[in-house]
Amino acid sequence: MKFLRNRPEYVLVPSVFIAFVLIWENLVNIMEVEEIILPTPSRIGEALFFQLSNPLFWSNFRITSQETLLGFTAAVVFAIIAGTFISQIKVIDKAFMPYLVGFQAIPKIALAPIFIVWFGFGMTSKVVMAATVAFFPILINIIEGLKSADNDQIRMLRVFGATRFQIFLKVQVPCALPFFFAGLDVGILLAILGAVVGEFLGSQDGLGAMVLLAQYNFEVPTMFAILIVLSLMGIISHIIVKALQRKFAFWADSSNFIGN
Amino acid sequence: MSKNNNSAIQDASQEASWINVAALHKIYNTRGGGKTHALADINFTVKKGEFISIVGPSGCGKTTLLNVLAGLISKTEGSASVSGHEVTKPLPEIGMVFQAPTLLPWRTILENVMVPVEVQKLDKKMYLEKAKELLKLAGLDGFEDKFPNELSGGMQQRAGICRALVHSPSVLLMDEPFGALDAMTREYMNLELLRIWKESNQTIALVTHSITEAVFLSDRVIVMSPRPGRIAEIITIDLPRPRTLDMMNSDAAGFFVKKIRQYFNAANVIE
Repeated sequence: MKFLRNRPEYVLVPSVFIAFVLIWENLVNIMEVEEIILPTPSRIGEALFFQLSNPLFWSNFRITSQETLLGFTAAVVFAIIAGTFISQIKVIDKAFMPYLVGFQAIPKIALAPIFIVWFGFGMTSKVVMAATVAFFPILINIIEGLKSADNDQIRMLRVFGATRFQIFLKVQVPCALPFFFAGLDVGILLAILGAVVGEFLGSQDGLGAMVLLAQYNFEVPTMFAILIVLSLMGIISHIIVKALQRKFAFWADSSNFIGN
Repeated sequence: MSKNNNSAIQDASQEASWINVAALHKIYNTRGGGKTHALADINFTVKKGEFISIVGPSGCGKTTLLNVLAGLISKTEGSASVSGHEVTKPLPEIGMVFQAPTLLPWRTILENVMVPVEVQKLDKKMYLEKAKELLKLAGLDGFEDKFPNELSGGMQQRAGICRALVHSPSVLLMDEPFGALDAMTREYMNLELLRIWKESNQTIALVTHSITEAVFLSDRVIVMSPRPGRIAEIITIDLPRPRTLDMMNSDAAGFFVKKIRQYFNAANVIE
């Protein structure tokens, strides 16, 4: 009982879910909504279980995951390189920052058709799409993080004779870590989004293509089932990034220390 | 005390002036195109192993003076040298304690103390023992692997002092190191500092806004006055050592405190 009083969310969150599903199921049945408009949760569950035992689903799942991870990794690498140069060299900051901000304003989803023209219908265009969408939030966080270093800490290192590179390594990089993970958190979700949008626009494979195929065949429960899979991918990524953040940027979360 | 004298004899040639400041001026250009004379014609010397304090009302340039000695701020005119080296950039023979502990939160206490060793690329193995010894000396035994957030403000500041001493600097500069602590902790830290000073035989220059603290700790107190920042008087505190808190209630101590306070009062009248 004491446990529940301290952490009521462990009861509340599943309760809300169960209530929501029950109301949905019953409303659809009572109002006799057609399945191609809104299927019942139980039909979606059936479709989900069918897909989970379907090898074709798993190969599509693997393709979307690969596109997402490759795109995300590329975004992280480029963001680290660009962020380092922009934060450390004033001329680069002044010369390129306005362009980056301008480019950021482009609705990047609209670039997908161009990427398909450039990179074809295969995986490459989706990887590029995922990378493009994920790149900016990671970059902006890295720049902010590297610039967030405390002046007193920098002064302290200077007194002890630190070089600029040592200050970068020993103060600025650690200071940037909490920001970096915040960027990763947003970036990984956007990478999934980019990959799926790429698949919508032109692909035979991947979960995005599966959603489209289900749409052509009026298999609405399957569409919902894949939506659930995509959501779970996002949630699991978020949990992994948070776990990494707690491990590698533990000091940013001061609550770690309370009651320790 | 005797330890100080011994080392003073050993370095008899440099004993006269370990820190040497002569005709030092610092002029800031203000944003409006004007100039602020932060330090005007500062002259003083500090002997090896001596403990001096720099006091004065706010705006008298005492922190600027300390930053010049630390090599953080360039001087406009004159000379400032430590153990014969003109200060143009931070010197390895200087250790500094700051107003805030400024520990790096992602490093353990021991790793924080090791920062100067890492930065100056000294032999880590050798200095690791030194760092542990210093932490023990500062009463931080058993806290080596804790993170700064797990320590009280006073303990963090003591770790900051260990960090300033780890690379065996000959001079310790302290910029209002106990300003943020409560009165009780502050008195305790003053006693601790005297104990560490006695053991390590450092030359110490302390900037403080507490007159009693300056009198309690120092061999000499440099009193500064503002606009432009200059030395009003250098007062020798000839209270016996080792000093005790009780000693601060004596007439002799009261005399010094009163004498220094006059300068503060005079400055306030001008303001």
